[in-house]
Amino acid sequence: MRPWLRSTLIALAALLMLPGALAQPVRVGIVTFLSGPAAGPFGVPARNAAELMAEVLNAGSVQAPYATKGFAGNPIELVIIDEAGGTQKQVAEFRNLAPRVDMVIGYISSGDCLGIAPVAEELKKLTVLFDCGTPRIFEDASYKYVFRTGPHATLDSVSTALYLLEKHPKVQSIAGINQNYAWGQDSWADFEAAVKAMKPGIEVKTSQMTKLYSGQFGAEISTLMSSGAEVIHSSFWGGDLEGLVLQGAPRGLFQKHIVVLAAGEPAINRLGTKIPEGTIIGARGPFGPFAPDTPFARWFKNAYQERYQVAPNYASYKMAQAILGLKAAYEKAGGARPTQEQIIAAFEGLTFEGPGGPVRMTLGKGHQAVMDAAVGTAKHVGGELQIVDIKRYPADKVNPPEAVKSEAWIKSGFKSR
Amino acid sequence: MNQLLSVAFDGVVYSSWLFLMAAGLTLIYGVMRILNIAHGSFYAIGAYASATLVGAWLAAGYSVAASYLLLALSAVLVGVLLGPPLERGLLKRMYGKDEVILLLVTYAVFLILEDVIKLIWGVESKMVPEPYAALGNFQIGELIYPVYNLLLIAAAIVTGLGLAWALHRTRQGKLLLAVIHDREISAAMGIDVGRVYLATFTIGTALAALGGALTAPMVAVSPGLGVEVIVLSFAVVVIGGLGSLGGAALGALLVGVVRAAAVRYWPEVELFTIYAVMALVLIVRPRGLFAAPEARKI
Repeated sequence: MRPWLRSTLIALAALLMLPGALAQPVRVGIVTFLSGPAAGPFGVPARNAAELMAEVLNAGSVQAPYATKGFAGNPIELVIIDEAGGTQKQVAEFRNLAPRVDMVIGYISSGDCLGIAPVAEELKKLTVLFDCGTPRIFEDASYKYVFRTGPHATLDSVSTALYLLEKHPKVQSIAGINQNYAWGQDSWADFEAAVKAMKPGIEVKTSQMTKLYSGQFGAEISTLMSSGAEVIHSSFWGGDLEGLVLQGAPRGLFQKHIVVLAAGEPAINRLGTKIPEGTIIGARGPFGPFAPDTPFARWFKNAYQERYQVAPNYASYKMAQAILGLKAAYEKAGGARPTQEQIIAAFEGLTFEGPGGPVRMTLGKGHQAVMDAAVGTAKHVGGELQIVDIKRYPADKVNPPEAVKSEAWIKSGFKSR
Repeated sequence: MNQLLSVAFDGVVYSSWLFLMAAGLTLIYGVMRILNIAHGSFYAIGAYASATLVGAWLAAGYSVAASYLLLALSAVLVGVLLGPPLERGLLKRMYGKDEVILLLVTYAVFLILEDVIKLIWGVESKMVPEPYAALGNFQIGELIYPVYNLLLIAAAIVTGLGLAWALHRTRQGKLLLAVIHDREISAAMGIDVGRVYLATFTIGTALAALGGALTAPMVAVSPGLGVEVIVLSFAVVVIGGLGSLGGAALGALLVGVVRAAAVRYWPEVELFTIYAVMALVLIVRPRGLFAAPEARKI
């Protein structure tokens, strides 16, 4: 054998013997809004977080307990799909995607989550819902192949109600302006029920349900301001939220009322000090400025900011959390290439660390995450918006117990059983 | 009393916004018999263009006062840059075909432009609230309103009266009315119908863009802006009678005031109000309030 050929073969053999040299990639489908009104506030920040996490995990540059490369040494390969187009389209997209990937992480819209979960079960494809809010996923059904690593919407409404009544215990009346679809209706219903459970006799002055993406709220703002309500609750997001602030602030909506923006965190980076002082802001969990001050949370924020020149918002945190949850389950399952069944068994009831703090998969028979909640108040400091008076609520205080529906739990006065 | 006044004012502000969009749509239909779905995209591009222009202007440290001119300028720019190429390059080849074909063509243009918007401006929303806040506020009872709302009402009145004057008091307008009445006879009488179509489409495009440009300071300009608008504009134009400028004005006023009253007194039905008005009007007058009787050629 010629010397150069022998050297080449030896080098090749040595390379093959290196652990992970022949590791097959783990193909992960990522479904998030890349177009439409939800892309800017949620979809693209989530996509960015997915790409960042895949890159740093593949490079093995994440700190412990996620220091191993990829998933158990297997590189992560993302297949990214646009969530726009409605539930019917997404179900068709999922059926196309499922055979091409090992697992799927996705879905911001609650409608999409409700549509995809039974299809994932039918196709036996491990699917992690990362952002959608409806508690109905695991309260109305039971799934083996579906997980959700972000807390559901009950946490948002209960934590903001708790915060409001702790800070303003003398409040006597509330009003709402929410988008007229599942998210807005559920958010308002939960908030109203939670406030009434905590303070019986509180008066609801008006509930404005606006068309999604309508963008103009002149008449609604007039009605809210004439209603005499002390508190205005809104779960608006995206352009509607920004429009409400831009149109409401000059008219004194935020000065004359205590305004609660349950999903206001993504607007912080965009609106800055246009959000008036005193506005109560939620982040759908301990994300963004509400994230606990841990080395891991700081690392994530800095890595994201360095790469995208903007701070991560809650959608970014929740996407990173979903990927880390899968990694934790994958590696807990053992071996270099665990089976899907082994990953699922490891995932059920798992506790893992995310950039927003500890995540416990305790609801929905171990498939639904709970987290602590955090709510704060907007304050202008040195020309910048800061979130102050942050209060944290333990997960058990803002989430229903296992096998109890959120609505019943809130109406029962938050009884543990 | 103050409450009724504020309902009326909210209604008129909303009507003004609706009319700015509906005017261009009804003009294009009246002259060209095209139900222009791309009107929503022209509105969105007007909003994006004005947000970009005004944003750059203010970032350069210039005064807010001149930014109102930029709002109007961006509408003219969009009209001139988009209208003629689309009319000459695409629609001209479709004249004489069924109205449904033309509707589908403009729907295709709408879809393409939605992606063009994404390519140019991305998916992040754009905000230029300075012109909205800079004019200050005034009060109706206890309620505070931005003076900018008055600007919106004034823009709608000037647009409506200006169009009516141009149509009925100028030679070009009368030629246009002749084309509306009968295209073939107008052509036989020596009117350059092609030029009338080109001018109409450009003005209609600029009017849609003006609606978007004047809306931009009040909202977050974000993807999908045009979708919502086109549905509302169609409803208004159908209520007023397709092709009727006066009908569009009355339709916008009806929808705006009824909607504002619903928001105040019966918010549960607010989403339904515009369609309720449309259904009621069409039951009584199936071709809309002011649709001109159409001669049937034998």
